Amino acid sequence: MAQALGLGLLVDEGEDKRPHWDNRLQYLLSCVGFAVGLGNIWRFPYLCQTYGGGAFLIPYLIALVFEGIPLFHIELAIGQRLRRGSIGVWTAISPYLGGVGLGCFTVSFLVSLYYNTVLVWVLWYFLNSFQQPLPWGTCPPNLNRTGLVEECQGSGTVSYFWYRRTLNITADIGDSGAVQWRLLLCQAASWALVYLCVSRGIETTGKAIYFTALFPYLVLTIFLVRGLTLPGATEGLIYLFTPNVQILLNPRVWLDAATQIFFSLSLAFGGHIAFASYNPPRNNCRRDAVIIALVNSATSLYASITIFAIMGFKAINDHGQCLDRNILSLINEFSLPELSISRDDFPAALLHLNTTHPGRVARLPLRACRLEDFLDQGTSGPGLAFIVFTEAVLHMPGAPVWAVLFFGMLFSLGLSSMFGNMEGVITPLLDMGVLPRWVPKEVLTGLACLVCFLSATCFTLQSGSYWLEVFDNFAASLNLVTFALLEVVGVTYVYGMERFCADVEWMTGRRPSLYWRVSWRVVSPLLLLGILLSYIVLLALKSPSYKAWNPQYALFPSQEEKLYPHWVQATCALLSFLPLLWVPGYALAQWLARHRRQDTQQDTGLKLQDGSGC
Amino acid sequence: MLWLLFFLVTVIRAELCQPDAENAFKVRLSIRTALGDKAYVWDTNEEYLFRAMVAFSMRKVPNRETTEISHVLLCNVTQRVSFWFVVTDPSKNHTLPANEVQSAIRMNRNRINNVFFLNDQTLEFLKIPSTLAPPMDPSVPIWIIIFGVIFCIVIVATTLLILSGIRQRRRENKGSSEVDDIEDKLENMDTITNSTRCDSLDMKGGHINDVFMTEDERLTPL
Repeated sequence: MAQALGLGLLVDEGEDKRPHWDNRLQYLLSCVGFAVGLGNIWRFPYLCQTYGGGAFLIPYLIALVFEGIPLFHIELAIGQRLRRGSIGVWTAISPYLGGVGLGCFTVSFLVSLYYNTVLVWVLWYFLNSFQQPLPWGTCPPNLNRTGLVEECQGSGTVSYFWYRRTLNITADIGDSGAVQWRLLLCQAASWALVYLCVSRGIETTGKAIYFTALFPYLVLTIFLVRGLTLPGATEGLIYLFTPNVQILLNPRVWLDAATQIFFSLSLAFGGHIAFASYNPPRNNCRRDAVIIALVNSATSLYASITIFAIMGFKAINDHGQCLDRNILSLINEFSLPELSISRDDFPAALLHLNTTHPGRVARLPLRACRLEDFLDQGTSGPGLAFIVFTEAVLHMPGAPVWAVLFFGMLFSLGLSSMFGNMEGVITPLLDMGVLPRWVPKEVLTGLACLVCFLSATCFTLQSGSYWLEVFDNFAASLNLVTFALLEVVGVTYVYGMERFCADVEWMTGRRPSLYWRVSWRVVSPLLLLGILLSYIVLLALKSPSYKAWNPQYALFPSQEEKLYPHWVQATCALLSFLPLLWVPGYALAQWLARHRRQDTQQDTGLKLQDGSGC
Repeated sequence: MLWLLFFLVTVIRAELCQPDAENAFKVRLSIRTALGDKAYVWDTNEEYLFRAMVAFSMRKVPNRETTEISHVLLCNVTQRVSFWFVVTDPSKNHTLPANEVQSAIRMNRNRINNVFFLNDQTLEFLKIPSTLAPPMDPSVPIWIIIFGVIFCIVIVATTLLILSGIRQRRRENKGSSEVDDIEDKLENMDTITNSTRCDSLDMKGGHINDVFMTEDERLTPL
């Protein structure tokens, strides 16, 4: 009991005018906003579609229960108990583990850079959505106005707008090209907006989060209602959600489910630790963890229903257009009256004409039009948002409205995740006392945003999107999984399971049950170790390559698969391992400092034999 | 005899207009696609109008001002509504060169389209590329306008936020400067009486070092 009293005293003394949430809703919304991000919209539906529709929910829910929720609970608990950002928390758990906090801080910084670049692209599309017709619906004419631009004709209007008019992409990662001033302007606006919301820490993000966390749900609902009324929605939903249980035998499914849960909850960034550190000490963090994790998964599911409905509409549309093109070829070739062959009559008419004039039919450029092929075209990542969805929006009546809503939703989703990222960067800086205390917080956040803005200008180069892929694949994935593993091991074995359970009991009023203890001790570390090993194996097996957009490529508009040059591979290795080096580096530095301090203490101890020191 | 001559002339004229003949162009109309319910039927009167428009276009070419409607020949009209046409010279023995006809049609394409309520996609002259309309670029792109609005709002809001923060801090400083003096006096008294506190060995700017606290707990379990 005295221990609890001792804890209470300690916490009060350490209060030190730490900022706090206005109410619990702000805290929950901030965590939900951080966890729910762009990945919920464009990664989860793709995984669901690829891995057997409804059947994917089984490994996903298992991963959520045994990996997602326990890890999330640990983060919230240690943040709330130790009331520091990630660096402070880890130095408190053990002086040798401070490197974990530094590593998380570095990864948060790197992720902020490229995550904001995606927001810049979203902002660019948002700004371009306020016109009818939408600019990605038509090809521009070429210089002498005899035809359309060749690249656009080859690839399609939407891809042309994305690769040429937005990114102005080069054909190779080594060819940097010039800074795109349009994207640079949007980046300035984006970072200014982030600074506006983050300038006073949770005082300002707490107000902004009400809009940025709730607006996406409103838009998703609007899209869901609109999507379900579009033709083809039901086909899309049925085809994409139909479970294919066989696929669960593939180990890749389980790996991707575990990875998706891990990244979806934004674990090991230090952002959740920072958010929880502003809580009152006696807060039921267990309930919060369960609520937020469930809300995150529910949002993924909700978003995928909307996305599938609209993808179904797009598939039906494309299928119809494919049929129409074939019908037009037939009609033009055989000079039949217009509209004489309907879409339903097409197979019969084709058969008839094939038997009577096989030679002429064979010469026609007819494509096989199967609805399943169009439904199968799944994309994830920026491709879904900027190419596939924008094309779907073109065919919806009132296209600019839907485009504005969609990109507005993506922007606020990304912005609320940026708040968490920036908290993972700013809170440790504040706790470490990098700037003297008389410098106001706004200056620190301003400097952080300025440094991030200047560093991120490399992504506005013409090869920027290739670099973004490099950062996304190498800076975040391996490091975060390692840090999460160290987190679990650090809390369970270094801090001590008994001590941690006592802390949780003090904060929430109930001791963690067997489920939690078994997950923390055994299941979560094993799952994380499994993910880590498979990452390393997959990385070692395949030489890293990327897909380049090259108009001169023989198979254009397919993307050309190229290997990374050596200096880029070195950068990938640097990004993967540098954050990890903080852990042994900091431990070594601490050990050396201790050693030196022990020596000096021994010296002074010899001189003053009664030892008025400790 | 005269009848035979007339027959010969008709045959020669007919040979001038044939699918894939020299200087002949194929035209394809998609009236029902363009007009839907208001589609008109393509009959010989419409053909006459078409020939008139082609003759009109040719008359605008220098040296061809004497082109008549009878010089324009149509043939192979199909149900698709597609046909071939040629333009002959006044002697009706030779067809006019293809590039002349092509440039004439290109220059008057818009008027021909309007006469039939069609556009470049529904009234196709195969082998005659149409001049595309120039892109409708407003002088200031729309995205810059919206960007300017958003950026200005953000800058104004940020400035207001910073100014209110400065004002708040100035008010706090005035109020708390007296309290700070009292606290400083108390701290000084502490350091005078307890000059060898263990915590002061590792104190960083007044923060309590959790490392030492956690170590104490380990040493003295309860």
